[in-house]
Amino acid sequence: MIRLEPRRSHSQAMVYLSPVLAIVMTLIVGGIIFAFMGKNPLEALYTFFILPISDSYGVSELFVKATPLVIIAVGLAMGFRANVWNIGAEGQLTMGAIFGGGLALYFYDSQSVFLLPAMLVFGAIGGALWGAIPALLRTRFNANEILTSLMLTYVATLFLSYLVHGPWRNPEGFNFPESRPFPDAGLLPIIYDGTRVHLGTAIAVFVVIAGWLLLSKSLIGFQLRVVGKAPQAARHVGFRQKRMVWFTLLLSGGLSGLAGLFEVAGPIGQLQPSISPGYGFTAIIVAFLGRLHPVGVLFAGLIMALTYLGGELAQISLGLPSAVTGLFQGILLFFLLACDVLTKYRIRVGSVATKGGAV
Amino acid sequence: MTGDAGAEAMTGAGHAQLEVRGVTKAFPGCLANDDISFRIEPGEIHALLGENGAGKSTLVKIIYGVLQADQGEVLWDGKPVTIHSPHDAREMGVGLVFQHFSLFETMTVLENIALAMNDVRDMEVLRKQVVEVEKTYGLPLDPDRHVYTLSVGERQRIEIVRCLLQNPKLLILDEPTSVLTPQEVEKLFETLRRLADEGCAILYISHKLHEVKALCQKATVLRGGKVVGGCDPREETAKSMAEMMIGQKLTAPDRGNDRTFGDVRLEVSNLSLASEEQFGTDLKDVNLTVRGGEILGVAGVAGNGQNELFQALAGETEQFAAPDNIKIDGTSVAHFGPRRRRRLGATFVPEERNGHGAIPDMSLAENGFLTAFRRMALTARGLIREVPTRSFADTIIKTFDVRTTGAAADAGSLSGGNLQKFIVGREILQDPGVLVISQPTWGVDAGAATAIHQALLDLAAKGTAVLVISQDLDEIFAICDSVVVMAEGKLSKPRPMADVSIEEIGLLMGGLHDLDGDATPANGTLSTGGRVDQA
Repeated sequence: MIRLEPRRSHSQAMVYLSPVLAIVMTLIVGGIIFAFMGKNPLEALYTFFILPISDSYGVSELFVKATPLVIIAVGLAMGFRANVWNIGAEGQLTMGAIFGGGLALYFYDSQSVFLLPAMLVFGAIGGALWGAIPALLRTRFNANEILTSLMLTYVATLFLSYLVHGPWRNPEGFNFPESRPFPDAGLLPIIYDGTRVHLGTAIAVFVVIAGWLLLSKSLIGFQLRVVGKAPQAARHVGFRQKRMVWFTLLLSGGLSGLAGLFEVAGPIGQLQPSISPGYGFTAIIVAFLGRLHPVGVLFAGLIMALTYLGGELAQISLGLPSAVTGLFQGILLFFLLACDVLTKYRIRVGSVATKGGAV
Repeated sequence: MTGDAGAEAMTGAGHAQLEVRGVTKAFPGCLANDDISFRIEPGEIHALLGENGAGKSTLVKIIYGVLQADQGEVLWDGKPVTIHSPHDAREMGVGLVFQHFSLFETMTVLENIALAMNDVRDMEVLRKQVVEVEKTYGLPLDPDRHVYTLSVGERQRIEIVRCLLQNPKLLILDEPTSVLTPQEVEKLFETLRRLADEGCAILYISHKLHEVKALCQKATVLRGGKVVGGCDPREETAKSMAEMMIGQKLTAPDRGNDRTFGDVRLEVSNLSLASEEQFGTDLKDVNLTVRGGEILGVAGVAGNGQNELFQALAGETEQFAAPDNIKIDGTSVAHFGPRRRRRLGATFVPEERNGHGAIPDMSLAENGFLTAFRRMALTARGLIREVPTRSFADTIIKTFDVRTTGAAADAGSLSGGNLQKFIVGREILQDPGVLVISQPTWGVDAGAATAIHQALLDLAAKGTAVLVISQDLDEIFAICDSVVVMAEGKLSKPRPMADVSIEEIGLLMGGLHDLDGDATPANGTLSTGGRVDQA
């Protein structure tokens, strides 16, 4: 008989081993699924996970995809630490793109060096405003932020769709539903020639470092952790939960907005009906896979970015449906949550209790 | 040592009701029961003594079939038995009254009893049985009352009636008196003695030694999972039994001779506040003052508004009272949150350690930082100053003799007594003007309790006003200068410890506030306990 037995204290090793275990199990199950679809599993896995990063351009694309994931996930991790469940990063990303991108479209013939910095600020504000709505609803009316932030995502994406189909449609664009291209002053500089790696990638690294400082070294990060781990202790010392709800939703909203702006001012270069392949949702997995720690998020972001690249390649060279990306992401989250049980429990085979020495 | 109790029992005729032989039970990293043997005769009231973690609960769980022993055997009526589950134990005739009740608040007494019975065919038959048991054993209880209207003492009676309905041959009570007034305790003892006279064996678990002395004929003392002795409590003193439990000499806290009091440092006037809990107790016109150097005790049965009082004083409530209702060193603070109250020099220790006073899965350094970061200047420009934070925790650990691997250890890895020493030390080292502490030694071993009591006395001697909220009357008598009693959200007038008796406090705990007059309480009123509104 196999049983789960509670551990006396959380296993620190399992906290870090669990993501590794989850990835290994995802690969195994992924291989089995490929086999059922009539593909050679080893070849398919190779196409999915190795081929995309086997040349330097592939690696640079990995950074491009990881950039929004990492920026968003750092913000989400802060919130999740404080038990604030912002599920609407995708919507905040979209609003950031609309606010920052709107500025670029308004000054579409500008050559000012101030345009791009202003777009960054507007992008962050747009995302933060979209995060402020669930914060207000939660603190004033005790409405669950999981539902409100998720629903606002659809409002944001439909609003973007309306804009690019209507008022913001490119007058010289042959009626295609997309905006004017942004002026050069409103595009992110490429930091590595011959690739699409842009300034946002450098900022993502900065966000990771700042996030780590905030979470581990600052009083406000301490408050976040206390509110999340022990609400009663937080009340006892006067760390107010409502303030943390506001802080984390504004922060994660702002970072998501910034990530959205980076997408439209970087790889895309204009507003389109669809500007993100679900980065805001995938970032939730990134946050958990990275153990809600900014540095962990950096690595997890790279791994999840690989599933996007692998998915694209699998479509092209293996003829697999595009859903395979989402499938892998889902399996990974599933195994991660399952493996996390092992931080609190250990597996025992058989019913014999081992004898421990006296302490 | 065991030989004494054992040999004496051997001379008795017949089989023991229950005999435990060489029971051993190990948990990962901890030997909870190590070769434990003892026996209980029919009609005997037997005490199981030991500090927290001595292995009492594990032993009870084995006898009640919740856990299985790794080694050793249990004999029932002289025959070896294997008890697979609590159901088996009940069939055999073992009844257990838990320390924490498992009752449904919104259901009636009778419904709660029916839920716990193995098979109930007819509620009317059950009602008759319940009334009969209540009459026989002097346990007045209306079967149709809803549980939420009952006092804690009455709730306990439900649990006892539940057990008695199954005609137990052995009744186990785990810390049954921690929630009772002294008068309710006496009432419970009468019931237990009557049961014993009828031949029911009783296993009584308590750390209140004067009660053990008054009730029990035999005691088995556990320490560190082993039987370290047996005695006849009637021939021992509370002190000698305590020393057997902790395995060292006990020193009474030194109260000093001349206690002088300064100005009023904590003042609560006309404080009324609705409870934020569903079945909580509202505070009604609470008044108290604590002077510098004074230790004021708040006695009372749990659930009479002590939690609400603590929350109001610490500033934890959602709704605040009017500013003037609470003053710290003359400053009105009732509208302040906890951080501003702490800035004025007040510190607080809540009853619950895990998750309220400390965070189990954070390090001791972080737990020290938790309440002390402002008064001990542990932040700079919004960042945590790592070195002073760690050294503050180290100072607490050293000054208060906290047994741990160091400041990096998780708070959850400490024993209850050590964690409590750490929390109390954390607040005392902040040099507070006012300290409010709730249940300072709840679930703490005797050695740690003595250390905490002494630390509170020393703190008061330096001019701090100390308010101790405690259910433990021994504790209040040991350290307090004066006492107020809380019942139904109201406070009695303060009385100096020197001219108040334990009986008087007991009456006040029962909710009688007019003892100053000549009101003589009618018999029976007492047993209804704290927060009852008799219909």
